[in-house]
Amino acid sequence: MAPKLPPQHPLEHSTATTAGQAHEHDDHHHYGGPGGIKRWLLTTNHKEIGSLYLIFSLSMFFIGGIFALVVRAELFQPGLQLVQPEFFNQMTTMHGLIMVFGAVMPAFVGLANWMIPLQVGAPDMALPRLNNFSFWLLPVAFGLLLSTLFMPGGAPNFGWTFYAPLSTDYGPPSTTFFIFSLHIAGISSILGAINIIATILNMRAPGMRMMDMPLFVWTWLITAFLLIAVMPVLAGVITMMLMDINFGTSFFDAGGGGDPVLFQHLFWFFGHPEVYIMILPAFGIVSAIVPTFARKPLFGYASMVYATASIAILSFLVWVHHMFVVGLPLAAELFFMYTTMLIAVPTGVKVFNWVTTLFRGSITFETPMLFSLAFIVMFTIGGFSGLMLAIVPADFQYHDTYFVVAHFHYVLVPGAIFAIIAGVYYWLPKWTGHYPDERLGRWHFWLSVIGVNLTFFPMHFSGLAGMPRRIPDYALQFADFNMVSSLGGFLFGASQLLFVAVLIKCVRGGEKAPAKAWEGAEDLEWSVPSPAPLHTFETPPDMTSQAPQRH
Amino acid sequence: MRAMLAWVTGMGVSWLLAPAALANGWNMPKGVTEISRDIYSLHMTIFWICVVIGVVVFAVMFYSLFRYRRSQGAKADNFHEHTTVEVLWTTIPLLILVGMALPATATLQRMYDPSGADLDVMVTGQQWRWHYEYMDEGVSFTSSMSTPTSQISGEEARGENYLLDVDNPLVLPVDQKVRFLLTSDDVIHSWWVPELAVKQDAVPGFVNENWVRIEEPGIYRGQCTELCGKDHAFMPVVVHAMEQDEYDEWLAERKAEAEAEANSVDREWEMDELMERGEQVYGSVCATCHQQDGSGSGQFPALAGNDQMLDDVDWHKDVVVNGVSGTPMAAFGGSLSAVEVAAVITYERNAWDNDTGDVVQPSEIQEMLE
Ligand code: HEC
Ligand code: HEM
Ligand SMILES: [Cu+2]
Ligand SMILES: [Cu+2]
Repeated sequence: MAPKLPPQHPLEHSTATTAGQAHEHDDHHHYGGPGGIKRWLLTTNHKEIGSLYLIFSLSMFFIGGIFALVVRAELFQPGLQLVQPEFFNQMTTMHGLIMVFGAVMPAFVGLANWMIPLQVGAPDMALPRLNNFSFWLLPVAFGLLLSTLFMPGGAPNFGWTFYAPLSTDYGPPSTTFFIFSLHIAGISSILGAINIIATILNMRAPGMRMMDMPLFVWTWLITAFLLIAVMPVLAGVITMMLMDINFGTSFFDAGGGGDPVLFQHLFWFFGHPEVYIMILPAFGIVSAIVPTFARKPLFGYASMVYATASIAILSFLVWVHHMFVVGLPLAAELFFMYTTMLIAVPTGVKVFNWVTTLFRGSITFETPMLFSLAFIVMFTIGGFSGLMLAIVPADFQYHDTYFVVAHFHYVLVPGAIFAIIAGVYYWLPKWTGHYPDERLGRWHFWLSVIGVNLTFFPMHFSGLAGMPRRIPDYALQFADFNMVSSLGGFLFGASQLLFVAVLIKCVRGGEKAPAKAWEGAEDLEWSVPSPAPLHTFETPPDMTSQAPQRH
Repeated sequence: MRAMLAWVTGMGVSWLLAPAALANGWNMPKGVTEISRDIYSLHMTIFWICVVIGVVVFAVMFYSLFRYRRSQGAKADNFHEHTTVEVLWTTIPLLILVGMALPATATLQRMYDPSGADLDVMVTGQQWRWHYEYMDEGVSFTSSMSTPTSQISGEEARGENYLLDVDNPLVLPVDQKVRFLLTSDDVIHSWWVPELAVKQDAVPGFVNENWVRIEEPGIYRGQCTELCGKDHAFMPVVVHAMEQDEYDEWLAERKAEAEAEANSVDREWEMDELMERGEQVYGSVCATCHQQDGSGSGQFPALAGNDQMLDDVDWHKDVVVNGVSGTPMAAFGGSLSAVEVAAVITYERNAWDNDTGDVVQPSEIQEMLE
């Protein structure tokens, strides 16, 4: 790429390097718990649990990715070639569920586990044993969910939104297991959120005020409150399903006096905040990376905090935008159109702030920065299509077409996923003590960007041209778009193998990173050695005098 | 530097790509109603607003990335707040949104006004076909996909309207306000025709409203857009819009047929007549689940060689007329006529080597329905 790059991580700027390494060495000897598998089963260390979350999330990302590729392979051409519609529906459903609950959410919790204590100067999470429990619930939940693929009648096949009565009266027998697994995953999320809130509110280093916290901490604090508010709603709605299926109630069964539309209200009252749960921590990550590589403080720190809070509050007032064609009264449609449009304002503020942070900076383009810049551009594109979807009359045409699929993938893949990847590249030196391979990282980046756009950009057009979502076969006029999307999907999927290569290489070795691995990085995590020793901040740092200047 | 160029060209290309693609017809159809054209223009307005905002924001972004590269010796500034700018970029978007909300509200209000309809059509979603009833006209029929499975599996070349053809299209007059009342017999479906800009969910237990005034005769195609089970992709909507006089003729024919059929319930039907009629009904209604050759699949039982069914005519009649509650097997006494039910039962009892020789008369079914 660029022939002459600036020295990427000038050692002269780092302090504490040698001291740090020596310290780390000592620390390994301090570890006195059980060894082998038991160590991981029983660990209460936030760094180890963070790593467990991240490894879990990566495996789910690949499993969900394989399901997506089954879908894309079937859609490569018109006609039914590889799978039958019954199985196709299981694949779209499992893909959506696994990506949302198994890949994106645990990845953010993993990053929170690793970084929040380091960023607020705490020795660990506030509730370490609960932390262990929250994590180990996840493999149980997703083991159960995946096992439904082998049950009679197959896995859930009603979409990740599992609308009643398709999922209740008409669902496969495995639906009960699906409900159970979602309950377990939900408990895990709630416990994780409680832990994060407790850590942030109680364990900040002396002298660190709320408005001194890095934005990743702020966005996670707000996300955790969203989780606690809406996961119980999800639990409620799936419990009502459970009763409808197994105990003869008819909450959602019109035949018994129930109301299928009530299901959608409840689901989306959870579901819309849920999509912000998947994006707010991403905002936090990007807000850490952009200033680092622009070597300039984040523009509008305070307005970032307020924007995040207003997005979170508004996210409770927009759920009906997923239900514009369900048949609701005019007044409801108008109200939710206005609130949805309103949410674009704080979102815009964020984008403007990032761009202004770049203005008059001193910018370099290491891999974490590349992914963050791509995030800004493509998340904004997803935001634009979101704004279009908010225009209710137009949504009567867009709804449930590939236009929507394009929209939410732009905010989820180059949005949430790119931010997670950026965060991983950014913090890898802190975790492993080595820089990730910059050359491989660039390949990973460029192939991912090309893959993502080839996959999802054409979906805007197939949607506008009239292709419904969740179909295994389509009319001939959509063939070209789908072929491009499928090729792009396989390119994107394959590029993620490079990511694994980078990770393995970085854990094994590579250029040694100093404590302050990136020249422009300011937050507290860069004051501890790289790799971060098992125990950090056993004596809290004093922030009274040295709080980073934010406003 | 090369990376920057790649970025800028990439962005530039995709930014040109979108409008170019839209201009090339890969876009929302303008459609053939006033509402559909209004929606199209809202869609294009908001699209261009996004393009303009995007161009401005990304121009600043790429300018900064280019201009303030450290490799070119850029020194970082330290500013991190500017109240005026922040107030501006909160209020200007707000104003743009208000500007957008006004026409959207006006259009929506018109979409929500089904008053003064000339014709009411009841649209019922069923796994996986549509049932249309012309209210007050005594005409009703089901409309199922007519694309043969051999095209789907690829044994036969795919036709021009692959997956978008039905046996009985919905016929509507042009220049009349037609009100749709939508509901469902089983799960939620959604009735969509892009050219008419009508998309409305059909929800069991609810009756939704929407309306259309078609301006040009023609054949308009769409699909079910709410995931409704395995054959969700195979549930097309076809609307045939005709001039008023043509439509009247069509309706009169349909009415005559319906009357003839109603009158024929009491007469004795021949086996051959019933078999012929039954084969049609079976192919259009039952085959999606029980398969064309009666072999069933998965949760859908085989009917060929089904001993329980063959041994017990009364049970057979009961299942088809009243359905099996809690399963996808619907009560067809509601949506099929007595003749159709009798015919399809007769067909099932004699097709695929079932050969019972049983003939079920429409009058027997009529009795059950009453
Ligand atoms: C949406 C799918 C679907 C359609 C369409 C459908 N059926 Fe069924 N049918 C079923 C299912 C599922 C059962 C099994 C019900 C049960 O579990 O008892 C069934 C059962 C039956 C049975 C009893 C057989 C047995 O062994 O249980 C008969 C007879 C039958 N259907 C006839 C018909 C006829 C005639 C039609 C067309 C008018 C039709 N079905 C359309 C799904 C369908
Ligand atoms: C390799 C990358 C990916 C590809 C090729 C891909 C492709 C697809 C496809 C083809 C669908 C089905 C659309 C339909 O038939 O309706 C789909 C649905 C979905 N995807 Fe992805 N996807 C990818 C990554 C992701 C990621 C990372 C996430 C989450 C962060 C995600 C979330 C979803 C969701 C929520 C759905 C909706 C599922 C449903 O309809 O119930 N996808 N994806
Ligand atoms: Cu939403
Ligand atoms: Cu349907």
